[in-house]
Amino acid sequence: MTLSAVLQVLIFFGLVLLVTKPIGVFMAKVFEGESTFLHPALGWLERSTLRWLRVRSDDDQPWHRYALSLLGFSAVSMAVSYAILRLQGWLPLNPQHMGTAQMPAHLAFNTSASFTTNTNWQSYSPELTLSYLSNMVALAIHNWASAAAGIAVAIALVRGFARHSAKGIGSFWVDVVRATVYVLLPISFLGALVLVWQGVPQNFLPYQTVTTLEGAKQTFAMGPVASQEVIKMLGTNGGGFFNANSSHPFENPNNGVNLLQIVMIFAIPAGLTYTFGKMVGNVRQGWAVFAAMSVLFLAGALICVSQEQTGNPLFTRLGVQAGNMEGKEVRFGIPASALFATVTTDASCGAVNSMHDSFTPLGGLVPLFNIETGEVIFGGVGAGLYGMLMFAIIAVFIGGLMVGRTPEYLGKKIQKYEVQMAMLAILVLAASILLFTALAANADFAKSGAGAAMNTWPGSAYGGADNAYGATTGNLNNAGAHGFSEILYAYSSGTGNNGSAFAGITANTPFYNLTIGLAMLVGRFLMILPLLAIAGNLARKKQVPATAGTFPTDGGTFVVLLVGTVILVGALTFLPALALGPVVEHFQMTGLQTK
Amino acid sequence: MNTSETPSTSSRSQRSTVLWPAFAMTVWFVVVTGLVFPLAVYGIAQVAFPRQANGSFVHGPSGQIVGSVLIGQNFTKTEYFHPRPSAAGSGYDAANSGGTNLAPTSDKLINGLPDDPKTRNVDESFAGVKQLAVAFRNENGLSSSTILPTDAVTRSASGLDPHISVANAMLQSGRVARARGMSRDEVLQLVRDCTDPPFLGVFGDPAVNVLKLNLALDQTKKP
Repeated sequence: MTLSAVLQVLIFFGLVLLVTKPIGVFMAKVFEGESTFLHPALGWLERSTLRWLRVRSDDDQPWHRYALSLLGFSAVSMAVSYAILRLQGWLPLNPQHMGTAQMPAHLAFNTSASFTTNTNWQSYSPELTLSYLSNMVALAIHNWASAAAGIAVAIALVRGFARHSAKGIGSFWVDVVRATVYVLLPISFLGALVLVWQGVPQNFLPYQTVTTLEGAKQTFAMGPVASQEVIKMLGTNGGGFFNANSSHPFENPNNGVNLLQIVMIFAIPAGLTYTFGKMVGNVRQGWAVFAAMSVLFLAGALICVSQEQTGNPLFTRLGVQAGNMEGKEVRFGIPASALFATVTTDASCGAVNSMHDSFTPLGGLVPLFNIETGEVIFGGVGAGLYGMLMFAIIAVFIGGLMVGRTPEYLGKKIQKYEVQMAMLAILVLAASILLFTALAANADFAKSGAGAAMNTWPGSAYGGADNAYGATTGNLNNAGAHGFSEILYAYSSGTGNNGSAFAGITANTPFYNLTIGLAMLVGRFLMILPLLAIAGNLARKKQVPATAGTFPTDGGTFVVLLVGTVILVGALTFLPALALGPVVEHFQMTGLQTK
Repeated sequence: MNTSETPSTSSRSQRSTVLWPAFAMTVWFVVVTGLVFPLAVYGIAQVAFPRQANGSFVHGPSGQIVGSVLIGQNFTKTEYFHPRPSAAGSGYDAANSGGTNLAPTSDKLINGLPDDPKTRNVDESFAGVKQLAVAFRNENGLSSSTILPTDAVTRSASGLDPHISVANAMLQSGRVARARGMSRDEVLQLVRDCTDPPFLGVFGDPAVNVLKLNLALDQTKKP
């Protein structure tokens, strides 16, 4: 690994460390209803929005009502997106005349589920499929809303720890409005202007055709890119305006922007660890969670960067340097590409500035494993913190088993109910990933009957596939172990609400659109519901004072226990599958075998 | 606002804390984040940064637009520097971006694919790293022992990579200098002028912008 690579990782991490406390303090004030420096400028927007919602600013919901609000809002907004996508041919801001031919029902379902759940898996190629209005309204609104909802759930769970003998865990509506108005809007507005300044387009022009220097024709996809790009990163959404996502020079034109993008991915998730510490009355608790996340991030980044730099021995045999530049951009080079891949999968972002499918086997294992840990390494906005707190509950439970006394976390007794709910969330995620992968690795649809009836869509004209029938492994871009990795990555990404892909898989078929769509809904909502149940249960409990026997959760021992729990749960669950995919492929590569 | 009504005691208002807000919140997000925000950014961008906001297009010697400085385009003539191979559409299609998504162990990626003679209408042929390396060496008159920089024989993530590595440009500079009757030093000076340095000296790799470089060559000396 080169010195420059180490510096890029460490300076980036330093920047994240630098923004954690200011953003964390700011968010703690916002969600406790205190005044900040932005309230004089934006208070009117919060107040008028709450009036429009007919919600009082001191509204307080018990957990099931909080959950119902989240589900209701997600259902309504997902339906609106589905409708806009299907109707895009009749709606304005559509200079390229995209219609329903590009957006069949199964793709519209997958896409609206994808954006509602903060996943942003895209089984289509945006510049061949979507009108500008679809991008702005059907999709980008979820980049805001799902991020705000994620923050809201995390804050609700923190309130569960911070409050005692309380009925409610806050108001979903108030939290979402405050997250959007005070956190997402101001940062996104400034960020979008920086992006345009640096070369990210923001226009409504039709695609532009020019004659190149050698006299050929080149057509450029256009659109309002900057306004979507900024919230795509800040909200850890990851859905690209273009197929190539953040590797496209119009989305990510230079290394300054690239650095800004990865800092934006981690900014809110890192800040939330501080918010958490502040709200539970001991910032060391927040830093302990931050430390556990940092250990896992640094380990992943260093492995991924060094694997990609070590590269592919199959190249060296042909007199080519080994460093793996397949599917990477020259301006970023290998370290900034591998770092981006680590960050985007630590968080539930899923934006890519290089093609993970072409990574070396172990370099590609890092993003895959990151997703399978449940994306708790800083994680998605909100999702990372509530996911890590779920692991913290398991960790103190394991710690309690070892010393034989009832575990406590943040002054709350962790009892059967909390552990059951946390385990339920973990098991649902694992089941969704592994069972769907097993299904897709074995399914085979007959050429006549139901399978053939579904095959009415000429998908190849729009970057999809025609073969709705046949073996589902027929949609893979690569054979053997790597082909299996493509399927495993798809359902890990869907269930984990990440959205990145081993993109060689042609997922734009009825089977994949429906199953991945389901995996995304399961991964989002069947994780949030048990966690909100925990929040509600904890809020009702009394605070127990710390005694000499209390296991301290703000020190090094706890950090080690937490890191160990995350790795152990992830490894025990996914090691067999990972062995069949990336590990087998690694030995094929070092043995100079091709498939 | 009616302060006498507490949501937790009235079942009617409890229902209203879910149904109406779910609709109203969706409308709010459509209006504020779906329309007002992008239009506000559009308005400011078109006034403050019109060139960037509209695609960073550049003009050629006779004043016509020849491409975008951010987006790679194809060059095949000997007097121009050549970009990396591309997987975007049929090559540098800026309305169809993407990479090969081939695995490091893919036989297609390493050894390529021949055209299938049975299907005459479809060209299945694909140049693997092996063929691309041979072609690059032949084009630039390099011996088979020259170690090639990886970017010269691999396809980028976007298929629109505007850059090549400095090592790649060095290996092409002899050919370009000969084709234009320029000295290699003159060409290398232009390569240096068109190299984008890493951000803050650390982030990313030095990268040579191919379109900028070829435009600069045309301005200095026509072949």
